[in-house]
Amino acid sequence: MGPVSEANPWGVIMSTSTETIEQLATREYKYGFETEVDALTIPKGLDEDTIRRIWELKEEPAWMLEWRLRALRAWQKMNEPVWPNVTYPAIDYQEMSYYSAPSAKKTLESLDDLDPEIKRTFDKLGIPLDEQKMLGGVAVDAVFDSVSVATTFKKKLGDLGIIFCSFSEAIQEHPELVRQYMGSVVPYTDNFFASLNSAVFTDGSFVYVPKGVRCPMELSTYFRINARNTGQFERTLIVADEGAYVSYLEGCTAPKRDENQLHAAVVELVALDNATVKYSTVQNWYPGDKEGRGGIYNFVTKRGKCTGVSSKITWTQVETGSAITWKYPSCILQGDNSVGEFYSVAVVNNRQQADTGTKMVHLGKNTRSTIVSKGISAGVGQNTYRGLVKVSKSAENARNYSQCDSLLIGDTCGAHTFPYIEVKNPTATVEHEASTSKIGEDQIFYCRQRGLSTEDSVNIIVNGFCKEVFRELPMEFAVEAQKLLGISLEGSVG
Amino acid sequence: MKVAEAEDVRFGRFEEFAAARAKVEPSWLRDRRRAAILRFRQLGLPTTREEEWRFTPVRSIATTEFEPATARSIPVTRAAVEPFAFAGLDGPELVFVNGRFAPDISRPSSLPAGVRVTSLSEILTSDGALVDDNLGRYVKFEQHGFTALNTAWMIDAAVVLIPKNLVVEAPIHLLYLSDAERPAAAHPRTLVLVGEGSAARMIESYAGPAGQVYLTNALTEIVVGANAQLDHYKVQRESTSAYHVSSTHLTLDRSAVFTTHSITLGGHLVRNDINALLGAEGTSCTLNGLYLAGGDRLVDNHTAIDHAKPHSESHELYKGVLNDRAHGVFNGKIYVRPDAQKTDAKQTNQVLLLSKDATINTKPQLEIFADDVKCTHGATVGQINDEALFYLRARGIGRDEARQLLIHAFAEDIIERIHIAPVRKALEQALLKELPLKD
Repeated sequence: MGPVSEANPWGVIMSTSTETIEQLATREYKYGFETEVDALTIPKGLDEDTIRRIWELKEEPAWMLEWRLRALRAWQKMNEPVWPNVTYPAIDYQEMSYYSAPSAKKTLESLDDLDPEIKRTFDKLGIPLDEQKMLGGVAVDAVFDSVSVATTFKKKLGDLGIIFCSFSEAIQEHPELVRQYMGSVVPYTDNFFASLNSAVFTDGSFVYVPKGVRCPMELSTYFRINARNTGQFERTLIVADEGAYVSYLEGCTAPKRDENQLHAAVVELVALDNATVKYSTVQNWYPGDKEGRGGIYNFVTKRGKCTGVSSKITWTQVETGSAITWKYPSCILQGDNSVGEFYSVAVVNNRQQADTGTKMVHLGKNTRSTIVSKGISAGVGQNTYRGLVKVSKSAENARNYSQCDSLLIGDTCGAHTFPYIEVKNPTATVEHEASTSKIGEDQIFYCRQRGLSTEDSVNIIVNGFCKEVFRELPMEFAVEAQKLLGISLEGSVG
Repeated sequence: MKVAEAEDVRFGRFEEFAAARAKVEPSWLRDRRRAAILRFRQLGLPTTREEEWRFTPVRSIATTEFEPATARSIPVTRAAVEPFAFAGLDGPELVFVNGRFAPDISRPSSLPAGVRVTSLSEILTSDGALVDDNLGRYVKFEQHGFTALNTAWMIDAAVVLIPKNLVVEAPIHLLYLSDAERPAAAHPRTLVLVGEGSAARMIESYAGPAGQVYLTNALTEIVVGANAQLDHYKVQRESTSAYHVSSTHLTLDRSAVFTTHSITLGGHLVRNDINALLGAEGTSCTLNGLYLAGGDRLVDNHTAIDHAKPHSESHELYKGVLNDRAHGVFNGKIYVRPDAQKTDAKQTNQVLLLSKDATINTKPQLEIFADDVKCTHGATVGQINDEALFYLRARGIGRDEARQLLIHAFAEDIIERIHIAPVRKALEQALLKELPLKD
């Protein structure tokens, strides 16, 4: 990344031509630093008292406590899923802390009140919190460990009636919206990690775009895990009312540590009639070192519900980080004519494992879904695409197209495809295609003939392989994603 | 383990059965039966909580009181066999009734010297050691309850032995017939060894009288030696009230060529497993299948191809036509081990849904651990293509007729790949009768 400047708020270098993959390859995980801030961390362990403590700390209304306790009781009866195609040592859920927050003032009057250490951290990461310097149209909510530390551009958005704030704030300020939509897409009984999140989640982002409003800028959340031995459990809820449009970006990093840390988030999207929600993720949690020590366990439940007619939800994800990724951003296509899209690039290198994909559940008539998944495996990484396309009896004329391609680099990695297709309506058309390949010698030869080095050739071939997904990303993210890809594949090519 | 023991009893009293068999069987077979029944008692029958059986509930099997199919002998005449024999097919035809060899109604045929097509009880007396070495070696009966059950309860088996460097022209037909007045369970077993450099063709048929409720739990082991070829067909025409569970375990040696066509026309609940081990370099394996189901029948096809060594290829094409409330399940797994470079694997699964109550669950699955491979899979689910229908109608063909043509063409694609003319003709006829051509 280049320096953060006015013209270049994200600090990205827009041209990739000057940097070869070799230079990128010599880089280590650059976000692996730690920040010294005073933090309030509650003792390890999880029981009803922990929930009460979190509830008290967050000064939430009574209905939240009830909701959290119900989730905890549901969670206690559940077993950790064993079906994902990943292996990891058992997690001791009593050995981590469920709340850690920088002990700054709870409500910030202005950004000047923000702990300078935290501010420096986000500056280092290239996240612009300082509105004054912002020219570009990105509003940011920054989540540090479990607490949202700053949300920018609130006023400008507020004028349009758009609510963009931390989840805690939403619970205080907009309880009616939170109560209406929280858990409506991912109920607290949904799965092991979603229930855990529902019980202990501490913060996250909340977005509400009112009727007929087109959000004029990209909204963005930046997640940072900092404290040791804590899990990060954030919750995001985005509601686009009738005819609204919103594009939302999410980025994540964590310090380098030898032990694993758990990240179990829940994201819920709701699109009412004619609304569009676009959700893009560049996930770059610390992936662990070459021997597979450390790294984040990224066990995330993301789901969107196209409640209204002709609504649309698009998931775009670039997954390069995390020791283990377990996530299936899904769409429930309930409204007639609604559209679900999923574009994914998942990269595993060294000892990373990813089991990721999507679910498209067709309920309404004339619903359409598109799945484009690109998996890249290198080192001894294991990459799994797992997807479900379900066409229920009511979904007349549903249409799905799925494509999942895998690229293997080296002969010690693995690529796996588990597509589930369930069709209960004869008018449905479902197509699934998958292919697996390696970088062809003829492709490299072609590039070499034209004067490119082998490294550059591999770089452009890999980027070409992912192009269909990258072009779905907002521009700033697309460039960052291309670079991340280079870094993630360091030392695996040549 | 109480549940599994209770299940065990429903298939008969094993102790009595084993004691009776021990009088006529060598001790190694008795030990194998015992190990298998112990394993079954641990496993029980699979449930839908198991990934491999998620869409195929066998509860109706687990709650039916079966008697061993051999408890009573029902006289079966050649006339009962004729509808399932293929007109014009010559070559040896071995008939097994309820899992027991019926020499009276079988048709012997002259075969090249050294080729044996016979029953287990006969071969035990002449080539016991060979059977000991091979029977049960290619299947892990630990795999699921049904395979263990077969090993424990099989009465007889068809054994096909083809020595080195021989071409057996005549197709070998193994016909497993069920006939039982009360729900009965038969456990047909087949062992096929094709020696180095030989070539053969064979058909496994499973059939039973319409309307009868019974369980066929079949297990087939096939070994194709180096440079050998086997052209294999499985034609299943069970009663549409019957349960049919089968697994075929295949091992290919260097440069072996194997082709199979699995045609499923009958059965109320059908589960077919094919496990192919491409255990040496240069092998070629083709798995094709066609299944038709209407009513509230369920047809489940599971195939697993294990590319263990480099330079092998596999091709797979499965087609299904589902009508009424029928439920189709397809799971095709291609496994490429780290060593298996230059693998070329292609898998296609196509399903035609003709009614709004039919359901398909399909899962084409790739697991790849080598980088220099070509692996593709594709799955399509849909109805009759409107454009194709329009094309035909624009040429003056009526709507119903056009529809019939398209459905027939979809299924015929598999049938026309059958190389044995009498089998192909018989199935073409069956197709015309069985396909839901009327709207």
